[in-house]
Amino acid sequence: MEMLPFILATVFTAATPLLIAALGEHVTERAGVLNLGVEGMMIVGAATGFAAAVLTDSSVFGIIAGALAGMALSAVFALMVLVFATNQVATGLALTIMGLGLAGLIGQGFVGQPRAAIPPVQIPLLSEIPVLGKAIFTGDFVFFLSLGLIAFVAWGLNRTRFGLLLRAVGESHGSAHALGLPVKRIRLVAILFGGLLAGLAGAYLSLIYTRFWSPGMSAGRGWIALALVVFAGGHVWRLVLGAYLFGGITVAQLHAQAGAIGLPSQFLSALPYLMTIAALLFLSISGRKGAGAAGSLGQPFVPER
Amino acid sequence: MGIAFWGYFMSRTGVLAVLAVSLGLAAPAVAQEKLKVGFIYVGPVGDFGWSYQHDEGRKAIEKAFPGRVETTFIESVPEADSERSIEQLARTGHKLIFTTSFGYMEPTLKVAKKYPNVMFEHATGFKRDKNVATYSAKFHEGRFIIGKIAGKMTKTNTLGYVGAMPIPEVIAGINAFYLGAKSVNPDVKIKIAWANAWFDPGKEGDAAKALLDQGADIITQHTDSPAPLQQASARGKLAFGQASDMTRFAPNHILTSIIDDWAPYYVERTRAVLEGKWQSQDVFDGLAKGKVKMGPYVNMPDEVKKLAEETEAALKSGKIDAFMCPVVAQDGKTVECKGGDRLTDEQVVGMNFYVQGIEGTIPK
Repeated sequence: MEMLPFILATVFTAATPLLIAALGEHVTERAGVLNLGVEGMMIVGAATGFAAAVLTDSSVFGIIAGALAGMALSAVFALMVLVFATNQVATGLALTIMGLGLAGLIGQGFVGQPRAAIPPVQIPLLSEIPVLGKAIFTGDFVFFLSLGLIAFVAWGLNRTRFGLLLRAVGESHGSAHALGLPVKRIRLVAILFGGLLAGLAGAYLSLIYTRFWSPGMSAGRGWIALALVVFAGGHVWRLVLGAYLFGGITVAQLHAQAGAIGLPSQFLSALPYLMTIAALLFLSISGRKGAGAAGSLGQPFVPER
Repeated sequence: MGIAFWGYFMSRTGVLAVLAVSLGLAAPAVAQEKLKVGFIYVGPVGDFGWSYQHDEGRKAIEKAFPGRVETTFIESVPEADSERSIEQLARTGHKLIFTTSFGYMEPTLKVAKKYPNVMFEHATGFKRDKNVATYSAKFHEGRFIIGKIAGKMTKTNTLGYVGAMPIPEVIAGINAFYLGAKSVNPDVKIKIAWANAWFDPGKEGDAAKALLDQGADIITQHTDSPAPLQQASARGKLAFGQASDMTRFAPNHILTSIIDDWAPYYVERTRAVLEGKWQSQDVFDGLAKGKVKMGPYVNMPDEVKKLAEETEAALKSGKIDAFMCPVVAQDGKTVECKGGDRLTDEQVVGMNFYVQGIEGTIPK
């Protein structure tokens, strides 16, 4: 039992980058924009964050820089899809390819440089709680930030006027436009927020999760974040559940292997994905119809003049 | 799904890079016919492990034959989807192509059939053709040494091993490591976690953490990034570097590194092509020829260091081997001793069983 806090801590670290990136994409998709460039923004965030941390010798500054780099890349995406009304799927894919290349360039001089860990934050009193206290209330500051982001996104989307407008724009940009809402401006905010969080998730990878920069180190996590958004079907709580479930199974299967329980490791490695598919099936069979993606998701908005 | 997507785009970008390179070179190539040498890497050049070391070999070729060779590489090529990347190199005038991962074996042979005038070199494989040579290194010699170190240094008698893919090369490494450890510590146990990836720092690190959580106090790895070493170090535990000298990632917790040095072989084979003497062959050597090297032995008492150095010297001279007979398999059967007092190279290259004492089954 004394290893449980360690295992939980591993689960939280594995899930945090997925959760953060997925939260950002969730907001973007609620506004009716499908940005498939999460992987690209994430890896640029990882490279820039690491480079900035080395140059300034501050991991905190690196994380901020990584988040801003993700946002900068999303601004390019916004320019394409909002101003030039390009196809969102194609633009997002292009963003990923560009991001992977760009990240290699940014990180070129920083390959193989080690970086010290950011000291963990211990919340007084709460971290004394047996088992859970050690796992939840002792962590890196981005983990705590991610908990705050969950609350912020849930509250912002469901309890604020701006959240309502954002969702309205996502459901039907035509109606929203007819009502006089600034569709493009609201979408711009949503896209930039998504980029900011994808960049933050990337910086988490290179500065906290594994503390070095290497091209391709995001290893498909941006795509998993996108799948989590589908899994969430419009609900933040489901997104959080999905991220921790995914992280939990990923870590549990490694433990199962180390404990030599005799199941094929390829099967165990595929388990998180199989579980995601199973959960999706379950949700779509039992779930209410109509819940899920925003009504105008992925459609370019060209107002009539 | 996600990984496949990613792999697809990585290889796509790689192909684009090669296209750009080959277009750029088209003009000067007319003036002077240079030998074009191509490389396919399974990970990024910056993995600071496996692919990084192969790329050092590529650079050595450029240095050895200034103005006479032109090299190209495609990195992060997924094994399952490598055929078109290999063919891309063959089609763009590369006369010597190194494919540097086990999983490229069949695709390499397939492309080689279509391009009989191109010479291929496949790392760690066992199938050859008229224009396909294979080469590998006896990494398991290094693993035997680090096994001895780990056996001496462990306090919990539990060693953690992060494996990439259950292929013979990795299995032989696990066996050699375990036999080394057991020879100095009969109570030692080994726990194995498979990342099912050569390069995924996050997952490699998570695997190391899982092993540490399960009581392992020394971590070794057969994956490509320094993440397992780094995670062990973060918990104050000891670990080894893999493929390149990884000291910088955990200066106070690294014991040593097993270093691959492909440069002399790559230079030799390129020279063979330039002189028209290239022939298909199979080369499997290790410490003795310098293809496998050991990093400095650090963070250990002098007696353990001495043991490691003696083992290294004995392996180098051929006096001992990681697989001295009798080798008993997990099921209790003694493996046929085909090499006199040790297993033959073929037996090691095709190893598909755990030795006695290792728990668990090899994933099929």
